[in-house]
Amino acid sequence: MSAVELQGLNVTFTGGTKPVRAVRGVDLGVDRGETVALLGESGSGKSVTLRALLRLNPERKSRIEGSIRVAGQDVMALRGRALEDFRGKVASMIFQEPSLALDPVYTLGAQIAETVVKHEGGSRAAGWARALELFRRVRIPEPERRLNAYPHEMSGGMRQRAMIALALACRPQVLLADEPTTALDATVQIQVLLLLRELQREFGLATIFVTHDIGVAVEVADRIAVMYAGRIVETGPVREIIRNPRHPYTIGLLRARMGHEQRRGARLEAIPGAPPDLSALPPGCAFAPRCRFAEPVCSVQDPAEEAVAPQHLVRCLRSAATLAPAG
Amino acid sequence: MTLFLLRRLLYALPIVLGVSLVCFALVHIAPGDPLISVLPPDATDEVRARMMAAYGFDRPYHEQFLLWAWRALHGDLGMSIATARPVASEVIRAVGNTLILAVAATVIGFAFGLLFGVVAGYFRDSWIDKAASTLAVVGVSVPHYWLGMVLVIIFSSELGWLPATGMGPSGSSGWVPDLEHLKHLALPALTMSVIPMGIVARTTRALVAEILSQDFVGALRAKGLSEGGVFRHVVKNAAPTAIAVMGLQLGYLLGGSILIETVFSWPGTGFLLNNAIFQRDLPLLQGTILVLALFFVVLNLVVDVVQTLLDPRIQRA
Repeated sequence: MSAVELQGLNVTFTGGTKPVRAVRGVDLGVDRGETVALLGESGSGKSVTLRALLRLNPERKSRIEGSIRVAGQDVMALRGRALEDFRGKVASMIFQEPSLALDPVYTLGAQIAETVVKHEGGSRAAGWARALELFRRVRIPEPERRLNAYPHEMSGGMRQRAMIALALACRPQVLLADEPTTALDATVQIQVLLLLRELQREFGLATIFVTHDIGVAVEVADRIAVMYAGRIVETGPVREIIRNPRHPYTIGLLRARMGHEQRRGARLEAIPGAPPDLSALPPGCAFAPRCRFAEPVCSVQDPAEEAVAPQHLVRCLRSAATLAPAG
Repeated sequence: MTLFLLRRLLYALPIVLGVSLVCFALVHIAPGDPLISVLPPDATDEVRARMMAAYGFDRPYHEQFLLWAWRALHGDLGMSIATARPVASEVIRAVGNTLILAVAATVIGFAFGLLFGVVAGYFRDSWIDKAASTLAVVGVSVPHYWLGMVLVIIFSSELGWLPATGMGPSGSSGWVPDLEHLKHLALPALTMSVIPMGIVARTTRALVAEILSQDFVGALRAKGLSEGGVFRHVVKNAAPTAIAVMGLQLGYLLGGSILIETVFSWPGTGFLLNNAIFQRDLPLLQGTILVLALFFVVLNLVVDVVQTLLDPRIQRA
């Protein structure tokens, strides 16, 4: 059984004048011990999907439909105390910007101990002991001293390590990572990625890793799911996606990334246009207006999911045309 | 921490110096002769010169200032021209009276201001928020002497529940926290509390809304804290700013609202200032302003220290 099972997930933000359809029918399964990278640009719905898994999107201003099952629990049915027990204990989250995601006026030790006490009961001293153990585990130097530090007293990399320690404090089964390395320097980024991969294997975590960086996705993930305009447009094992991308958007993403063969001074290939307005989506494929393979039918008919190889699914009417790399 | 305290004290010195300079200069800045209210209009030049010498007005300014400051340091603020009593004792008594009123008003204003502000911040854009915000704006904008008079009309004249003026029943000397005195305190304190209430409510609303929009609140929910647990974090984050606002408000109220104290005949600093101005009682005016300004400086110091203790991000060095 999958550790995470999303079926027909829809998230609509109803706070503004027009409803914004941020996530439109996402199906995603993640097994125990597996890492799936959710890849997409800003506004593609990847973070919203992740937040929906913990029901973190504002209740009054959003509508969630579909089924969310995490570790056998029906997340949509959780209320009050049951939801609190689920968050942080069964599934926990690492945020993009640790300097904003940690409470600035509490010490790091207190923040971790608080979580442990909340979920496992026991004394604050026991919570602090767990925090110390975790700080050692994420390799924070001088852990005893750093437990008494406030977030602003630590470097970005150390803060993110502390955030990871916080997320793993109650030994969750599912880890949700929302661009955890985006705010970090390149060298620190690698260290944190390696640490995450190591911990993920050791704890046997099912991990969803949201990123806009295809390089990061390749580094950490077993599978990649590419999101565009609130929908997963292509999903498959990492090697398959890299070697044999079939959705024009994935192809564009791969080309936009500077490769080794890129000559100095050569123009970087970009995807023309901008992502669509999610409150006024055109009929048909949302990527059609930017797609160089698009035909008239693309802006009429919504593409269904199609298996082009084992485990490799694509939502594109023109997937036959993308097979032969054009240009 | 000791070093921080010492440094803050050191920083306060030039402020105190500046404040006393301004107070000293008041006598000379004020239009007309400083002796105008002491001497009869037809006094001879000889009498005038003798009085100038007696008050020390014939010496150079810096000597006058040093002498005045030296005396002030020893608690001698001169004699009131109108009552011929020492200014220091008059001011201390008035400050004590205003302190009672100001603390009562701050407590009431703060309790309700925080309540309205937190509720409005939590339920932003709901009807509760709109109601609380409207109340806050009314509180800030309504003329307080008018509100005072309306309250007197309702609660004293019409209903007869509360006394309209004075600090206590006639014949009582000094303030004691008994029912009669609390009844006298009720109306002026309530009227005065509207000022900090409106400001605190608006500040707190913005503060809470701002804190709630920060990432770490989502992170707190994500780690499984209950709404009560999240609220504790919000309060601790809001506390340094809220304390600062409270301290400043208390400082303003200590200055005494001239209008409110006059409406309710409350013998505080506002009342005293009012009298001093109308009677051209310059030593009294000087002394009152100096004491109030020093109070404000000390209060600011206390607020700074408390804020530093609460917020680890503020540098202590």
